[in-house]
Amino acid sequence: MSAPLSSPSAPSAFLRGFTVAWRSVFAYVLFGTFVGIGALGHDFGFSLFWMVMSTVLIWAGPAQVILISALGTGASAIEAAIAVTLSGVRLLPMVIALVPMLRMETTRTRDLLLPAHFTAISMWVESLRLLPSVPRDQRIAFCNGLSVGLVLSAALATAVGFYLASSLPPVYAAALLFLTPLSFTVSVLRNSHLLVDRLAFAFGLVLAPVLATLNIDLDLLWSGAIGGTLAYLLYRLRRAGR
Amino acid sequence: MNPVLQEFWPYLVLIFVGFLPNEIWRLLGLVLAWRLNEGAEVLIWVRAVATAILAGVVGKLIFFPPGALESVPLSVRIGAIALGLVAFVLVRRSVFAGVVAGEMALIAGAMLLSP
Repeated sequence: MSAPLSSPSAPSAFLRGFTVAWRSVFAYVLFGTFVGIGALGHDFGFSLFWMVMSTVLIWAGPAQVILISALGTGASAIEAAIAVTLSGVRLLPMVIALVPMLRMETTRTRDLLLPAHFTAISMWVESLRLLPSVPRDQRIAFCNGLSVGLVLSAALATAVGFYLASSLPPVYAAALLFLTPLSFTVSVLRNSHLLVDRLAFAFGLVLAPVLATLNIDLDLLWSGAIGGTLAYLLYRLRRAGR
Repeated sequence: MNPVLQEFWPYLVLIFVGFLPNEIWRLLGLVLAWRLNEGAEVLIWVRAVATAILAGVVGKLIFFPPGALESVPLSVRIGAIALGLVAFVLVRRSVFAGVVAGEMALIAGAMLLSP
């Protein structure tokens, strides 16, 4: 793969992204989370190599947990694939929001395939925070470096968790699972400078458990569509009133 | 089953049941985003929807936790998130501080209050 002509500094931007990954709280949050996922895969009888490959290829914690537990408990391949694809819909708006920050006139579609693959909540939250301060012609390389750092942390942790599986006390297993909701909440509070993002977070936080309690199918997608649209409309109203 | 197929079977399952059903949304996002500019109004709405879904993931993990987290009382789970946010605000808006404080609160609460 050749680097875009306009960015002679692509390797250094990649390295900078890779370095920034290890200063991000998500390198450590992902490590903890994927120790939990590695242990889960071990308990369901998957091989170490399969587990590490699934971390790198799927690169979305919830989808991976769904795949492992569905296959591990004997669900059919079709059922498992449907459950995985439903959890993956949330990646669509993330990619749509990220791509215009990365693209230039000269960017080819294939240059964006890697950033699109690497799009996951952790990478997306950090990219939206960090990219505005990166020169536009270095953003793709920076983003790939950041992502490779985060994926590496998760892949190493998958292997560590696979070996630790049998010796993990329940309190610590609970603490590892708690890393995801805790770190997402704190980093959204840090990153959302716009009213619309804070409103959307608050609405989604309340709507999803309510819809899930009411046994409504696709609760996550509904809470995203309703909560996000409501937040956007309130933001429009406020803007119009000024 | 033929032995070669048997050896590669788990990886075919990984590609067709795990990788592709998830990846298709990223590729579709790439196609849909192709003509949007960074300042496009619709992106504000798209980002709000993505943020609300992210919040939904958080809400479901807190109220309907998976595996071992279920054994920790709901009050401890909510309290630990709240403490994490307080620590974040008090300690120079550091996400590390927030996560460490929240985790310590969860472990302490689980040890004190779990049956």
